[in-house]
Amino acid sequence: MPLLVREPIDVPALRDRISRPEDGAIVAFEGVVRNNARGRQVLYLEYHAYEAMALKKIAELESRARQLFAIREIDIVHRLGRLEHGECSVAIIVAAAHRAPAFEACRFAIDTLKKTVPIWKKEFYEDGEVWIEGNPSEIDD
Amino acid sequence: MSVRVLFFASLADITGLRETELDASAFSDVGSIYSHFEASHPQLRAHRPSVLFALNAESAGPDSRVKDGDEVAFFPPVSGG
Repeated sequence: MPLLVREPIDVPALRDRISRPEDGAIVAFEGVVRNNARGRQVLYLEYHAYEAMALKKIAELESRARQLFAIREIDIVHRLGRLEHGECSVAIIVAAAHRAPAFEACRFAIDTLKKTVPIWKKEFYEDGEVWIEGNPSEIDD
Repeated sequence: MSVRVLFFASLADITGLRETELDASAFSDVGSIYSHFEASHPQLRAHRPSVLFALNAESAGPDSRVKDGDEVAFFPPVSGG
């Protein structure tokens, strides 16, 4: 599956594809669109990316997770475009022999993604829209 | 010398540009190209402390040198996930 998609992310299909008989743990994280943020009702979100760079950064992130943790495989998929409440914006699936490195790698992957992958979300409200910006920080890992 | 310049998120809204070709003969590095756009879009100045630079889809700094055919990108701190 591509790392960046514009259609709904089929998380069960990702899980089935990654799973192998030697795995003892599969951890799946889904980022989901909330109906509120900073005290305001959010109607929907749009995600935009610098796609060429985001693809590189996600691939690098997957490689780093495989080096740092005792996992067999990690898949990261981020969705772009307009997303409604409850829809999955990002899915991270980790397969490993044991649960501890699977949880750790998944946490590392989402935390690092949110700091380093050039993707931005725009929140749409009843009375306007706002680009959300992360904490000013180095995009380098 | 020509470079492709990309703006993302709030910076694209400010400049009204997502992508443009620039004759960059007068500019040697990424930071001087940002300064060039600050002159025509003063709102960019307020973003300068937090703006991130990329050169050919890799993280770069204001001192990164540019050459003909390069792709330079400017964007705010990321907010995916």
